[in-house]
Amino acid sequence: MPTSFPDEFTHHKNLFYFPDASKGTFTVTATYELSHLRALEAEAVHIFREVAATFERPVLLFSGGKDSVVMLHLAVKAFWPAPLPFGVLHVDTGHNFDEVISFRDHAVANYGVRLLVASVQDDIDAGRVVEDTGPRASRNRLQTTTLLRAIGEHAFGAVFGGARRDEEKARAKERVFSFRDEFGQWDPRNQRPELWQLYNGAHRKGEHIRVFPLSNWTELDIWSYILDERIELPPIYYAHRRDVVQRDGMLLAQTRFLTLLDGDEPFEATVRFRTVGDATCTGCVESTAATATEVVAEVAATRVTERGATRADDRISQAGMEDRKREGYF
Amino acid sequence: MAELLRMATAGSVDDGKSTLIGRLLYDTKTILSDQLAAVELTSRERGEDQPNLALLTDGLRAEREQGITIDVAYRYFATPKRKFIIADTPGHVQYTRNMVTGASTADLALILIDARKGVLEQSRRHAFIASLLGVGHLVVCVNKMDLVDYSAERFEEIREEFAAFAMKLDVSDLTFVPVSALHGDNVVHRSAEMPWYEGTSLLHHLEEVYVASDRNLIDARFPVQYVIRDQGSDFRGYAGTVAGGIFKPGDEVVALPSGFTSTVRAIWGPGGEPITEAFPPQAVTVQLTDDLDVARGDLLCRPGNRPQASQSVDAMVCWLTERSRLTPGAKYAIRHTTRSAKASVVELDYRLDVNTLHRDEAAESLALNEIGRIRLHTQSPLQFDPYRRNRLTGSFVLVDEATNDTVAAGMLLGPHLATAKVVWQHGTLGREERATQGLTVWLTGLSASGKSSVAAELERLLVAEGRPAYLLDGDNLRHGLNGDLGFSAADRAENVRRVGEVARLFADAGMVAIASLISPYRADREQVRAAHQAAGLPFVEVYVDTPLEVCEARDPKGMYAKARSGEITGFTGVDDPYEPPVHAELVLRGDEGDPKALAARIRALLGPH
Repeated sequence: MPTSFPDEFTHHKNLFYFPDASKGTFTVTATYELSHLRALEAEAVHIFREVAATFERPVLLFSGGKDSVVMLHLAVKAFWPAPLPFGVLHVDTGHNFDEVISFRDHAVANYGVRLLVASVQDDIDAGRVVEDTGPRASRNRLQTTTLLRAIGEHAFGAVFGGARRDEEKARAKERVFSFRDEFGQWDPRNQRPELWQLYNGAHRKGEHIRVFPLSNWTELDIWSYILDERIELPPIYYAHRRDVVQRDGMLLAQTRFLTLLDGDEPFEATVRFRTVGDATCTGCVESTAATATEVVAEVAATRVTERGATRADDRISQAGMEDRKREGYF
Repeated sequence: MAELLRMATAGSVDDGKSTLIGRLLYDTKTILSDQLAAVELTSRERGEDQPNLALLTDGLRAEREQGITIDVAYRYFATPKRKFIIADTPGHVQYTRNMVTGASTADLALILIDARKGVLEQSRRHAFIASLLGVGHLVVCVNKMDLVDYSAERFEEIREEFAAFAMKLDVSDLTFVPVSALHGDNVVHRSAEMPWYEGTSLLHHLEEVYVASDRNLIDARFPVQYVIRDQGSDFRGYAGTVAGGIFKPGDEVVALPSGFTSTVRAIWGPGGEPITEAFPPQAVTVQLTDDLDVARGDLLCRPGNRPQASQSVDAMVCWLTERSRLTPGAKYAIRHTTRSAKASVVELDYRLDVNTLHRDEAAESLALNEIGRIRLHTQSPLQFDPYRRNRLTGSFVLVDEATNDTVAAGMLLGPHLATAKVVWQHGTLGREERATQGLTVWLTGLSASGKSSVAAELERLLVAEGRPAYLLDGDNLRHGLNGDLGFSAADRAENVRRVGEVARLFADAGMVAIASLISPYRADREQVRAAHQAAGLPFVEVYVDTPLEVCEARDPKGMYAKARSGEITGFTGVDDPYEPPVHAELVLRGDEGDPKALAARIRALLGPH
């Protein structure tokens, strides 16, 4: 080994669990090949560094959800041993799972990064947005105003998001560096061509670039990476007992933000969340997957088994369906 | 084997491309059940008895019907062997821009041909763009075989026509698969309808195709992307993505353009993982032993292997915007590796018709989707390799500083010759004017396959006829010309390059140069072939295809035994790959027939003096 460097960086040691070479996933062979996860990691790291080198004020969107946790983990790795050269921003709807908020604060402290919170409540209080009412009201739509306000106030030039191209059809076409005009709008018909590793982040004052380092990752890649890197997630991503109600084909957690409707009959079930967002509209699935290994197996099975002839409405297929409904909201 | 394969697909809906992609997703079970249920429902409503798989990628078609700009869409699927990223680009005439974009990061291009229609202008254009963008592997799917009664003759006809055209292009690996995407024939599973087809299914080919040698592992190139400084620990390192070659701690490196040399002290992966060998496309951080003034945009390389440096360069460009045209005199910002500079277009040499490959030298500008050759003058010298040699250090984009748009994609050809330090001196004699006409016979195969014995017999045979011939034996040359080279991938490539150059000179001088060396990597041999083609010299590749077990049983030098026991590593066939030729002029088995008889078979190919 060249030097005794890591000893000087003990404060980082707890963050990075170097993969076990015997597992094979990360082994570099004599023919100079990277495993696909390592190739995706290298691509993401390249993107983080490119932004840090060419933008004045980047920020990383961090909700405590799995994609944003993976994104933060990669960002911190990209700049080792230096601290992350930008902060993280949470757009807070106020309707959070307590576990996620405490995880957010824990992760921010653990990774040693600066957290900025932009609150939807502030915009409601200031009259910039009007909250929907009724039992099915959600604050999802309102987040956009809060996000754009935060970007404007802090003059962020680049905003990292954890969106992936496999999520849905429109996203399949979005660039890694995605231009937003002075009103924060995306024009899918007029995107800059993106070739090789040459990203064009040129923009004027008031405009900004959304940057998606996880563009080429799939849900299974995310979970495999969480497993391999032993990345900590909010506990609600793993199977636990919880009171839920069945609504619109989804299981919704019974929280203080959820107003029960006529016919809603809460019951206890063993569930986990596949995505984590506003507590009023984030559904969970019945699952017994209690570890990252079990979730990887479940996600892999979701892709392999439940199609073709057997389209019974089994649990896993509901999970796949629900994921997309989820992502439709956002 | 590379676990991640990036591919670009080209073709229009009419060719059945959506159906083919839908079929790959469906048969690899990438589609979730609710997606499939929706497709089945729609198909039933339309009165179709099978699910219409084109509906799975229907986003694109809907757009077309609405007349919205069609763009590159990325899709993902996986098998237990590989992960695939498809850059799906529409194939209509106006979409050259998108195909260029999709092909820029692809290892492989998939081209669809409708078996009824045969090779169309569009098919040629797709192949040309893939070749221009340096995509070395082309897979041609001859689709709708069910509509031509699964005819072997029709398939052969198309194959021959396409292969004849592809000869003019720079394609190292060309594969044809007869498929019916609609019924799934030869897509994932071998078809029972085409017993005459001896190849593998499309998916099997995609899973197995070896693409690693497409990366440049020879020329060490590290464009510095970002300087990492940690005040707490006094750490200073250069972060970036390896663009070529291998870097190791202890390597002597030079920083360009300053020219200062230093030594690699350590290399760190993301998160501080120590790296003993860094190769493309790893993202790493390099520490040097000396405190040099190195910044973003600089390049680290080996003192003995530097890139080209020039302010005046020739390049092929594709124009990407409809809002303006490329005209001589215009100024742009150029983005090349991690460097930005101002650049002006000095000259438009010609515009290329991508359908006929005709060069229009009278052209005065390039419009959207047009491709041409230009001369560019940059404000500071570019440190680059020709695109053919390295896609990452040989590519650039032009950005219009008024609109911030990316307006051109460029592939560097070389320094503009008037300013290059070395100008090619054209010899006074042509090949035909010499007393004898030379050529190169290149024998490739595993160690102990019998190459050298056959080569020696061939030399004897030719000399006996009075024809000047000379044997260049790989092992012997390692004692002198290549005495400084080891057996790493990079050194093997350099070994082949040097022997190839010597063979070319011998052939040019009128000799039959007979090169006998393992030369395990296809790309290296292809470069030698290209060098011969460029010089107008025949190149005859002979693959001595003796099975590994036979070679290993022979083992005259005891090398296989040493490799198996781990005494030596990186031995071809044991723990280093051998990539057989795809288009060898002749394939021999070293254990079938005596060396004399085998040499006579090569002799028969060479023709008279």
